[in-house]
Amino acid sequence: MADLNKLNESIISGDLDTSVQITKEALAERTDPQEIIQKYMIPAMDVIGGKFERNEVFVPELLMAARAMKGSLELIKPFLAERGIEPRGRVVIGTVKGDLHDIGKNLVASMLEGSGFEVENLGVDVPSDKIVAVVQSKEVDIVALSALLTTTMPSMKDVIEALKDAGVRDKVKVIVGGPAVTQEFCDQIGADGYSENANGAVGLVRKLLTA
Amino acid sequence: MRTTGIQELLKSRSLLFCDGAWGTIFQSAGLKPGEIAELWNRDHRKKVLEVAHSYVDLGVDMIETNSFRGNGIALAGIGLEIDAAELNRLAAEISREAAGDKCLVLGSVGPTGKILMMGDVSENEMYDAFAVQVQAIEQGGADAICFETMSALDEAELAVKAAVENTNLEIICTFTFTKTVGGDYKTVMGVTPAQMAEKMLSAGASIIGTNCGNGMETMIPIVKAFRDFDSNIPLLVQPNAGIPKIENGKTVFPETPDEMASHVPGLIDAGVSIIGGCCGTTPDHITAIMNNSGRRE
Ligand code: B12
Ligand SMILES: [Zn+2]
Repeated sequence: MADLNKLNESIISGDLDTSVQITKEALAERTDPQEIIQKYMIPAMDVIGGKFERNEVFVPELLMAARAMKGSLELIKPFLAERGIEPRGRVVIGTVKGDLHDIGKNLVASMLEGSGFEVENLGVDVPSDKIVAVVQSKEVDIVALSALLTTTMPSMKDVIEALKDAGVRDKVKVIVGGPAVTQEFCDQIGADGYSENANGAVGLVRKLLTA
Repeated sequence: MRTTGIQELLKSRSLLFCDGAWGTIFQSAGLKPGEIAELWNRDHRKKVLEVAHSYVDLGVDMIETNSFRGNGIALAGIGLEIDAAELNRLAAEISREAAGDKCLVLGSVGPTGKILMMGDVSENEMYDAFAVQVQAIEQGGADAICFETMSALDEAELAVKAAVENTNLEIICTFTFTKTVGGDYKTVMGVTPAQMAEKMLSAGASIIGTNCGNGMETMIPIVKAFRDFDSNIPLLVQPNAGIPKIENGKTVFPETPDEMASHVPGLIDAGVSIIGGCCGTTPDHITAIMNNSGRRE
């Protein structure tokens, strides 16, 4: 039997080889892929996220955990599809123009994927028109924007304005996040939701899609 | 370990002064948010020269260059595929022109923006990018290289090595530390001042220290941490004008020249050797700092 508690531990400690190996075993044993994600992987990211906030670990440990999580997730994705589990919604995510911070946005993307959403990750330094183009050309429910610099937070508003100008603002819900972003800022720029962390982002997207 | 101009000066004076921020002044001179200040070396040479002069005129001992983001990897990271060497050489030439032989010129080199363990760039690529940058800065006439705002030991070590192996310049390296929940200071990568000092000195830096991330007051415990590790090594400290806040959608650095200057005696007691300024500081801040040092020759 695959030792799923060890999967949880290996993600916390950032041990990619072990997390991938146990995930393979678990999948070979036909363990429910959603159970693997919900019960063992997402809680691991919660633990490491908490340690980061308390300065018990720093960026390298966080990155290693995210990498282990991603490695396992890649293996699980085809099984989710095979089981005919429809994505719960489609999310386009990116860090706004001028901003190169990748880590938090990727965590949000992984958590959303792990929770059953289809996620298109546009990367960092994403110009508004690129986001508009994706919204125009594809089925998209949520646009998720990340900004870590106070100087790039205004770019979030630019994206919302660009969506309006292109006549597609009502097609999508826009959510925003980043350490300096607040609910107040979210309201000011006319975004639909804010959450302070990746877990909250999952709840937020669920709420917005059922509303 | 190399010693030249700065170390020579420190033999006769226990406290030296460096310049403050350039970016803040560029912004009032028309630099738009998101615009790359380093391009001004090529496109608005005069304006860059003016900023350099505004610090030289204060009588500081050294000024930096407008090349913080001039690393080829950093420039590519912001979508600029241009001749990094040219921008850096120009940066050094401009500062040299303003400084003449009145003060020393430190070539500013910031991080690449890449984290080695992520594997996006290799150690060789990173080393080469730093080598190109520091050689160009030497060609432009700088006296020293100042690696600054570093947070990762592996990256900073490659940077210092690139300067040791490709230039004859004196090497300074400063890291950015933040207060942890536990109350001590570490970089975002988890590095302490002592760990940084040990690695950078053995890599070949002769002056170390800290810049950015803190106002003047919180630099004091960081200087103490360095001094606990080594009581002699020259220490450069360049605080921000406080921690930035957003007011009406604009980034503001809250510490006034007098507020910053009021903590200078504490910093001197802790053992600083060279004081300058980082984000948000202006010639007025540096003037106030110099006036309140009580030890100016
Ligand atoms: C790592 C880092 C970098 C790395 C980024 C590497 C990478 N590939 O991402 C590098 C070294 C490149 C970097 C560069 C810079 N950085 Co930096 N960086 C950081 C650092 C240390 C950690 C950020 C991080 O990854 N946190 C961990 C993640 C998990 O947290 P997070 O991003 O906040 O994301 C969480 C939440 O905010 C939320 N969230 C995030 N996005 C979204 C989106 C949505 C939709 C939702 C719902 C939620 C959400 O969920 C996430 C998970 O819980 C912070 C300081 C800190 N300790 O936070 C500074 C920091 C963000 N950087 C800062 C600065 C100033 C810079 C530079 C300008 C430095 C310089 N002078 O060169 C450059 C700018 C480059 C650029 N143009 O973007 C400042 C920003 C100050 C400000 N308020 O404007 C900070 C705060 C450091 C400081 N104290 O001064 N940085
Ligand atoms: Zn700074």
